Amino acid sequence: MSNIMNWIDERFPATKMWKEHVSEYYAPKNFNFWYFFGSLALLVLVLQIVTGIFLTMNYKPDANLAFASVEYIMRDVAGGWIIRYMHSTGASMFFVVVYLHMFRGLLYGSYRQPRELVWIFGMLIFLCLMAEAFLGYLLPWGQMSFWGAQVIVNLFASIPVIGPDLSVFIRGDFVVSDATLNRFFALHVIAVPLVLLMLVVAHLIALHEVGSNNPDGIEIKKNKDPKTGIPLDGIPFHPYYTVKDILGVAVFLIVFSAIVFFAPEMNGYFLEYNNFIPADPLKTPPHIAPVWYFTPFYAILRAIPSFAGTQVWGVLAMGAAVVIIAFLPWLDKSPVKSIRYRGPIYKLALTLFIIAFIGLGILGAIPSTEMRTLLAQALSFVYFGFFLLMPWYTKIDSTKPVPTRVTG
Amino acid sequence: MKKWMSKFLFALLAVPMMAVASEDIPLDKAPVNTRDFESLQRGAKLFTNYCLNCHSASYMRYNRLQDIGLSEQQIKENFIFNPDTKVGDLMKVAMNPKDGAQWLGAAPPDLTVVARSRGADWLYTYLRGFYRDETRPTGWNNVAFDKVGMPHVLFEMQGDQVLEVTKHEGHETKTLKLVKAGSQTRLGADGKADTTEYDKTVADLVNYLVYMGEPAQNKRQTIGYVVLLFLTLIFLPLAYMLKKEYWKDVH
Repeated sequence: MSNIMNWIDERFPATKMWKEHVSEYYAPKNFNFWYFFGSLALLVLVLQIVTGIFLTMNYKPDANLAFASVEYIMRDVAGGWIIRYMHSTGASMFFVVVYLHMFRGLLYGSYRQPRELVWIFGMLIFLCLMAEAFLGYLLPWGQMSFWGAQVIVNLFASIPVIGPDLSVFIRGDFVVSDATLNRFFALHVIAVPLVLLMLVVAHLIALHEVGSNNPDGIEIKKNKDPKTGIPLDGIPFHPYYTVKDILGVAVFLIVFSAIVFFAPEMNGYFLEYNNFIPADPLKTPPHIAPVWYFTPFYAILRAIPSFAGTQVWGVLAMGAAVVIIAFLPWLDKSPVKSIRYRGPIYKLALTLFIIAFIGLGILGAIPSTEMRTLLAQALSFVYFGFFLLMPWYTKIDSTKPVPTRVTG
Repeated sequence: MKKWMSKFLFALLAVPMMAVASEDIPLDKAPVNTRDFESLQRGAKLFTNYCLNCHSASYMRYNRLQDIGLSEQQIKENFIFNPDTKVGDLMKVAMNPKDGAQWLGAAPPDLTVVARSRGADWLYTYLRGFYRDETRPTGWNNVAFDKVGMPHVLFEMQGDQVLEVTKHEGHETKTLKLVKAGSQTRLGADGKADTTEYDKTVADLVNYLVYMGEPAQNKRQTIGYVVLLFLTLIFLPLAYMLKKEYWKDVH
């Protein structure tokens, strides 16, 4: 066995990589609940890729056949329904774990120097994930698939000068059609996943270069054992965090299976009822709502009124709402990283931000009224205020003294 | 380009006409139980006899009815009326959708997954909600679907209902009233209607539609219990003990 490993190691750094990234990657020993979601995101990514591969074996990217082929998978393909439900549930659960993973970053300042690139790679992963979800949602070719894609692609049409041509370029037709379905399929199954995988690798390499943050927001590399050079508060990722993450996986799988087997539609939030009606270009549904994970951004889009003769402002605001998160490393001026040692102002700001994000999510899922638009506008202000005022309020906020060693 | 423009303009014109959706009315709770095979078989019988003449169920195969306790022979004898149709065929319909649109105003939709888009309660309310309306070309209207193109196919069973609109302090209340009993309803001397039998018939049909929307659902739940039992009773405790064992030397 060791002979084989030696043979390989002389030609490929297998053992070296294993040590660097797993068995001798020293992670802080005080990870808590919030640190499960990184490995869970990886698990869901693998689930999506594997179930996705099996779905492509029977799915037909053709406007005349797509809807029927999904039902064929649900009925006639052996085990097809379970694969399909895993994929549709996985899409939503991906956003659940990624949102919680990002929230962890906000709690403990994981984006702060020296982890800016970890954060930016993460944001690019989030962008890819949104693209992937949007592209994939067209494929079942139901009413919501069709009209959701129509609405989102039309957003590009609001860009001055190039907009109309750009939206035709994206669709490959003047309306969402077979051409659109075919290219969205190509992008969904190969282009975006490829970029996504490479970004995940970059995210992990960058993380392992600087080392993981922890709930105390202190650098464990500052306190190393003088003899071995190992951080005193660090423990090897394997076996400690591999076994701990398996525990996380067990809990996650219980939740995941409960949804897949007992509530795959999740009351119309994971699989929308109208998407069981085949796409009909001549029949606009009375209420077009995106899937839940896009609703906070959709609410911002709807909240911004059109002025100066164009609706592009809402689109810009929606884009800005996503992009601005990437600037956190430079917006946060607090001398401490973790919420444990921050003052009341940041705690209040973060609470308001979470209320705004969830509030916008709810507003984006239901039809708008005058009152709700007003509320969405107020919450949009809170959302952007959290970021834009951060340089100011993090500077004046009080802080508590930070310990030199992790506190568990 | 021109062709597209005319198509698009037509689409714009068509939008308000198509916007005829379901009404916001309180729905009655459908007593669905997809493990009641007798009810499902009665529902399947109703479905193939009454619905399948105009509506297709073109993602559903006849032989899938074996799920609900029927043998292939029984399916061939009792559920397939066209000699050219094989037991493994999809439940297609002979009527051309274009003819359907011509005759009824809109092509009858495919019903395979209708229970998943409309919901069981809506179907239960709709199928019991037809009433006489002489302003409609078919003579029928529906409380759950105003100006519906479909005539009341089960009227011989239900009889005739009318919609009574009473105004009370400016508030309109609409109530369905049975005026002529059908084969499955009774009208008492005092005008009181007994619809239990018809309600049960519709419940069977709706039950079948729910089953047909997702034939794997019973199996899905059965497997689900096994999976959850494994995860909670075996995998989770093992993962917990493994973690505890490894972490006992971390302080």
